[in-house]
Amino acid sequence: MLRADGVTVAYDRHRVLDRVTISVPPGEVTGLAGPSGCGKSSLARVLALLLRPAAGTVSVDGEEVRRWRHRAAPALRTTIALIFQQPRLAVDPRFTLLDVVAEPLRVARRPLDRAERLAEEMGLTPDLLTRRPHEVSDGQLQRACVARALTLRPRYVICDEMTTMLDASTQALLVARLEEYRRESGAGVLAISHDTELLDRWCGPGSTVHRFGPAEPGPGQADATGGTWTRT
Amino acid sequence: MTTGTRTRPATRARDRRRDRRRDRRRRDRSRRLAAVTLAVLGLAVLLVPLVARLDQSQVDLASASLPPGLAHPFGTDDLGRDVLLRVVYGLRVSLLVGLVAAAVSATVGTLVGLAAGTLGGAADRILMRVVDGFNSVPHLLFGIFIVALFSPGATAVVVSVGLTHWMTAARIVRSEVLTLRSRPFVDAAISGGSGRARIVLRHFLPHLAPHVALAAVLMVPHAVWHETALSFLGLGLPPHLASLGNMINDGARSLLAGDWWPSLFPGLFILLPTLAISTLAQGWRDRTDPRRRSELQL
Repeated sequence: MLRADGVTVAYDRHRVLDRVTISVPPGEVTGLAGPSGCGKSSLARVLALLLRPAAGTVSVDGEEVRRWRHRAAPALRTTIALIFQQPRLAVDPRFTLLDVVAEPLRVARRPLDRAERLAEEMGLTPDLLTRRPHEVSDGQLQRACVARALTLRPRYVICDEMTTMLDASTQALLVARLEEYRRESGAGVLAISHDTELLDRWCGPGSTVHRFGPAEPGPGQADATGGTWTRT
Repeated sequence: MTTGTRTRPATRARDRRRDRRRDRRRRDRSRRLAAVTLAVLGLAVLLVPLVARLDQSQVDLASASLPPGLAHPFGTDDLGRDVLLRVVYGLRVSLLVGLVAAAVSATVGTLVGLAAGTLGGAADRILMRVVDGFNSVPHLLFGIFIVALFSPGATAVVVSVGLTHWMTAARIVRSEVLTLRSRPFVDAAISGGSGRARIVLRHFLPHLAPHVALAAVLMVPHAVWHETALSFLGLGLPPHLASLGNMINDGARSLLAGDWWPSLFPGLFILLPTLAISTLAQGWRDRTDPRRRSELQL
């Protein structure tokens, strides 16, 4: 279980998240909906251990997180994969696509053939893998990012508006690939989107969808007036 | 009307392509010119001392202060030494001192900037106050102080220039690191298990290299001028060693007598290699920055 408890995030004096509690159980898809500016991405970064909350705790499989970003243990960091909204910003522009996918394996000193296999499953040809980010489309880049997210077999995958910039067929491909991974590995998936229709399709019966409060609240008035419901 | 609307966009596109090709040719031409200039100067600096029959320090009062002519293309100075030969020797000394000093200051600046930008917080504040402190002292005064700690010579000049000019590079590197640090791909690397050292080496340094290289190249003329100033004060290179700085200062004497050549030619040969190096550095930056490259290829 990946769990955030009473998490508060503030940029300067603007409170983006106010005592938010959410859990991502393994093996299931958890949805998170909400308009832009309501703090979805901040929550995603907190859950990926990339942003230290001003208050509240995060625990991974019952163990409370005490260190954040590069100070967190690499083994802990890599159990949670984050897929970003804009693939173009989420890859080093100097890397080839193969280097992008293989980087976590290089860091972990594992054989690189898994990167090629994952990339192939995402429909990336060997020719595409030798190219650099500016030479491929957003969709191809996001496929590489999904492959990268799965290289170290994370137990939790956070998809932060993963398909917002992409066309319907790529969207379907990415969601299908993540669902396949979830079923075979029992990983927990947190699907974040402003698109409630997508969440409806992605989150099957029985899964929880959280909804965040009003769009871009003014200073001091951000509180999650949205609700949580369970799909039946 | 119909033909007009149909041909005009095509013509415009063709014009654009032609303009782009012309721009690229122009860029290529100036780069080729810079490369050739630098190659010629480099060869001269390396080979002339090996094959020259004249001694650059040979005093010949009989042929003192000769204007440029067939026997002495750049003329002779007030002691009858061949200015062309001395320019070649001077270029050798000044370029070497300038390049080493620029490399030293760029290295120091990069290390300080990287440390400040990567560590952040208190370390960043302290390091940047140190930079401010160094900047608040007049460079020349501080340089003289450093030279005074050593015995005069090339090493003292290199250390002096290196320790007074690293701040620009540190500032550039720090601000670049600060923008890089907040980019999502760094988040992605951290999330993928990369540690700080790997992020600095694999993600930061390749992005910084062109900026640092450019700063280092732009440092070369500063270094040469610094060397000149120190030499003028008798704290730089010993007077018998022909450096461009020593020559210009010697030439200033002749200038009062109306002889322009002993100071003009060394001055020109400061300008020439500097321009050539910075043109090539820009070309290198264009090639290494992948986004720029794709724009150039359009």
